[in-house]
Amino acid sequence: MLLKSASAKPVSEPALRIAVASGKGGTGKTMVSTNLFYTLLNAQNPASLVDCDAEAPNDLLFFKGEAEGSYEVTQMVPVIDAERCTYCGRCRDYCHYNAIFILSLVPMIRVMEELCHGCGACSVACRYSAITEKEVSLGRVSRMVVSAGYPVIEARMNEGVYSPVPVIKEAIREAGTEGIILLDAPPGTSCSFIQTVSRADYVVLVTEPTPFGLSDLRQSVETLKTIGKPCGVVVNRAGLGHREVYDYLAVEQIPLLMEIPFDRELAAFYARGKVASAESPLWREKFNLLLTNILSHNGNSRHQR
Amino acid sequence: MEIAVISGKGGTGKSSITAAFAALGRQVVLADCDVDAANLYLLFNPSHEEEQVYISGQKAVIDATVCTSCGVCIGYCRFDAITDHEGRVEISETACDGCHLCARVCPEKAIAMVDSDRSRMVAGDFRYGKMVYGRLAPGEENSGKLVNMVRAKAAELSVALLEKGYQPVILLDGPPGIGCPVISTITGVDHVVIVTEPSLSGLHDLQRAATVARGMNRPISVVLNKWDLHPGLSDQITAWCRDQGIGIAGRIPFSEVVVEAMVRGLAVTEYAPGHQVSQAISMIYKLLTGEKG
Repeated sequence: MLLKSASAKPVSEPALRIAVASGKGGTGKTMVSTNLFYTLLNAQNPASLVDCDAEAPNDLLFFKGEAEGSYEVTQMVPVIDAERCTYCGRCRDYCHYNAIFILSLVPMIRVMEELCHGCGACSVACRYSAITEKEVSLGRVSRMVVSAGYPVIEARMNEGVYSPVPVIKEAIREAGTEGIILLDAPPGTSCSFIQTVSRADYVVLVTEPTPFGLSDLRQSVETLKTIGKPCGVVVNRAGLGHREVYDYLAVEQIPLLMEIPFDRELAAFYARGKVASAESPLWREKFNLLLTNILSHNGNSRHQR
Repeated sequence: MEIAVISGKGGTGKSSITAAFAALGRQVVLADCDVDAANLYLLFNPSHEEEQVYISGQKAVIDATVCTSCGVCIGYCRFDAITDHEGRVEISETACDGCHLCARVCPEKAIAMVDSDRSRMVAGDFRYGKMVYGRLAPGEENSGKLVNMVRAKAAELSVALLEKGYQPVILLDGPPGIGCPVISTITGVDHVVIVTEPSLSGLHDLQRAATVARGMNRPISVVLNKWDLHPGLSDQITAWCRDQGIGIAGRIPFSEVVVEAMVRGLAVTEYAPGHQVSQAISMIYKLLTGEKG
């Protein structure tokens, strides 16, 4: 059993990170991640779940546990000392995010904090020591323990912040380096998706057998190819839609890890914030099989019991 | 009139509902602002009249033949994008934020900034008017600016329709989430429609989306999609909206007909106009646009 062998060794085993992602939103990433996490917990296989969908984090709705604290994720923004500023405009020229606005005739200088990415270029640019920096909040990383050794870590971006990436990076860091770490990824294939999957050893793509689902799946697969990440696919709401997604998987030689038929009972579990495999032996068995499939396709047996 | 359809949570049915609205309009300008996963062109096959390159930003690239591995740039980079690999300085394309600071501080001028130019904006005609969509290349950023470009084109096309004597409705299909591209999608629109579904996740994400839309002083309506999948939670969402003074524009029942329509490349209001789903969507559209039956 992993628990024993891990504690017997002085150095812990490096983590296996599995990202659960999808191009299209709402295909069932959270449902799959929460069920996989429960499956690992049930099997006493050390695991963490990281909710990387910082714009719309929902994983914590599915578990009850003990809050183990949270902390703010911040970035630096410039503060300009009007006494020292000569309105020369050098900081504005250095800023590639148009976050510094100057009217030299008035004279007036303003920092648009919501546009600032905290790169620090303005501080480097200023020759009059007129720029200092302060921290502003981007969001919060929270940790909740469902059962000893099974934390759920949530990345939550503040409303009105431009990018979830800094909060996501911090949440993944918080998860540490032990056991199986499940990353519930944000939808899409933009920077926040890349930040999440680039930290994973294996990516589970959840899709629906519809034209929209397939189109977004293709884009995700192409993106994963360019960054060299192996992936497998879960087809959710199977039975609604068409067969083209299966043809695509065959052509691309991508393993079909699981099919989840459209099921009103499953939808009802999800709706009420319940994890299906904790409620029903049937679903427990299905997600167990999914976990086995993922681990075998990942060519990794060290985490199997 | 400009209506933005958003949701917070993905997969609640934004695009299917926006497409169904479009097929009800007399002359619409349909703008797919979900530039990260644009899908509406799959249903409407717009003609490819115009394509523009969108420069999403720049990435720092290091010239190894000039670099002396002094490491000055590493100390300045706040995005942890630059690392020293056994004496060889490397910049990670995915981590680079494009701020230019490394290029400015490099004593050897070994770093250049290269445009990220793989994203596109496309505009053309479709069977209910004009259509614009953006396609952000994978991993690229600043999707909000591409949304602005899509919306500027949509506004331009609507002026052309106005001049022909139409009263075009601009329909914006927004991205999921509440980040930068969502803010760009709803800025200044006449109405924000938030599509939600009866689940705790749907409610939670609706609350976040509503906070963002309110912060921008936009009128909000909620559409409760697939409401009969969990009537209890639908009631809970309705009660929350009532408390907040947010109107429910309508409820749409769950039906396989929505997916059947999509598989055939049609909006549900085209495929099954008499179906109760289409009827519900049509009522909502009339309510939003003030169009008489």
